[in-house]
Amino acid sequence: MTRRTLLTLVTMGLLAVLPPVFYLTGNPFYLDLATRLTILAIAAVSLNLILGYGGLVSFGHAAYLGLGAYAVGIPAHHWLYGGLEGIGLNTTSGLVQIPLAVAVCALFALVTGAICLRTKGVYFIMITMAFAQMVYYAIVSIEEYGGDDGLVIDSRSELPGISLDDPLQLFALSYVGLVVAMGLVRMIVNSRFGMVLQGAKGNNERVVMLGLNTYAFRLTAYVVSGAIAGFAGALLGNFTTFISPEMMDWTRSGELMFMVILGGATTSAGPVLGAAAFILLEEALSSLTVYWHLPFGLLLIAVVLFGKGGLVGLLSRREGGK
Amino acid sequence: MTPVLETRRLMKSFGGIIATNDLSLSVTKGELHAIIGPNGAGKTTLITQLCGTQTPDSGSIRFKGRDITRMPAHRRARLGITRSFQITSLILEMSVLDNVALAVQARQGSSFDMIRPARSIKAIRDRAMALLARVGLQDKADMITRALSHGEHRHMEIAIALASEAELMLLDEPMAGLGHEESRAMVDLLKSIKGKHTIVLIEHDMDAVFALADRISVLVYGHIIATGAPAEIRGNKEVEAAYLGEESGGL
Ligand SMILES: Nc1ncnc2c1ncn2[C@@H]1O[C@H](COP(=O)(O)OP(=O)(O)OP(=O)(O)O)[C@@H](O)[C@H]1O
Ligand SMILES: [Mg+2]
Repeated sequence: MTRRTLLTLVTMGLLAVLPPVFYLTGNPFYLDLATRLTILAIAAVSLNLILGYGGLVSFGHAAYLGLGAYAVGIPAHHWLYGGLEGIGLNTTSGLVQIPLAVAVCALFALVTGAICLRTKGVYFIMITMAFAQMVYYAIVSIEEYGGDDGLVIDSRSELPGISLDDPLQLFALSYVGLVVAMGLVRMIVNSRFGMVLQGAKGNNERVVMLGLNTYAFRLTAYVVSGAIAGFAGALLGNFTTFISPEMMDWTRSGELMFMVILGGATTSAGPVLGAAAFILLEEALSSLTVYWHLPFGLLLIAVVLFGKGGLVGLLSRREGGK
Repeated sequence: MTPVLETRRLMKSFGGIIATNDLSLSVTKGELHAIIGPNGAGKTTLITQLCGTQTPDSGSIRFKGRDITRMPAHRRARLGITRSFQITSLILEMSVLDNVALAVQARQGSSFDMIRPARSIKAIRDRAMALLARVGLQDKADMITRALSHGEHRHMEIAIALASEAELMLLDEPMAGLGHEESRAMVDLLKSIKGKHTIVLIEHDMDAVFALADRISVLVYGHIIATGAPAEIRGNKEVEAAYLGEESGGL
């Protein structure tokens, strides 16, 4: 077993065991923290597919978290206040809401990705960010869903056999979701599709000359990534029970990028460790000073500049280049 | 017999520079057709138009009788046109074997498969290993491509071109930057391929060109001023004046 595999197993083991133990010993706060961490880790894992393995610096990933959350909140809103009966979207059923979140995000990724992926470099970064801001302003402008003030989710998604009102069960679902997302991304990355994606990151022209339409491969990865992030968004809506456009702000997208880079892009455990470090630091620093953003930002820059390979690189250094 | 490759009155300019000027060329099946010409004559620009990364301003390109002038590069590759790059173009962060395996996989199709682990597909790995053995790099298969020497990179380029099993190989200065010994190894390698594929070879190394070519075209300022067997080109006064005389001090 490589050190990296070991690191992934230890990380996931600790994440499975510690939060429930804290909860059962009378520290529910830590379970909450872990649930938020786990959900953001799913989004970071999905971002890693395109950012890490695909080399596509998408600066709009928070839009998917937001869209996913509103796909839970809006049907729940109509379930309570009426409307949308005609298309059956007045429901609290998770079996409708969660697939809706995934589908909406996949579609959004398909349409915006088709345009973004025609551009390169800084233009790509800017245009992904622009599309995310567009969603932000679209939601702000819709009075019915609270606009700027956000939307309270009065009732969580109902799923057969589990109750998301129970913090432990919500955490369990998020954890399973994270494991599935990690497995999915790992499978894709190691497949023939993944080889093309990583090859195009290293040298796009070379791969095109092999007869492969790299645009189609990138767009597919972009859609898969968006769909997984949409699932994370649906969980996030259930976790916070309050959603607002602010969760799609570009700074949120930046945070997701930092998680991936901080933890170690192109690794399995990286996005999870990055999300963990992010959440714990945010918690620790914000309890020390209200000006916590500054030291936090400096720390992140230091890691990006000097910590080659991120936390995974740091923790499995002795293994060498592989 | 229709030629494998035929261009008619190709034109391409960049701003004021005419890089390709009324260029007509015909390459028959199985021949090794060398294109020589001074620096900046438009050799690489010709290759980019043939493989589809740039489109000509006017004129046409036919591959086995079919007009491909405006076909995108990846589709031309599927039809059977492959190129190697003057400046080494490999995926440096991938292993040597992965680089060649990707080319083999592209040839075999089903690159869209997201489920099976690529490195466990024996047919692809074996074929890639065989190609590496053919260019003498089997011992370096598991190394990161970045770690190999320039000469080894040039050999990898050939292995990748071979992996595509392309009917037409466009080789842009495969000897660029190679030492004397390495160049000779490359000539031997190209000799072993010759006849099995139709090859357009761009090369400054005249010893290599005259050792390998069936026919030679001389490109000057984007225009072909002469085409013929090596012996004819050697004796051509116009060619000597325009190119050979000054470049290599006579032949
Ligand atoms: N993308 C471009 N934009 C502007 N000018 C270009 C471009 N590509 C090539 N040129 C010009 O076109 C001419 C032909 O260039 P090309 O690279 O095809 O020459 P070459 O014969 O391959 O030269 P070399 O032997 O140095 O490789 C040169 O004058 C070059 O400066
Ligand atoms: Mg050139």
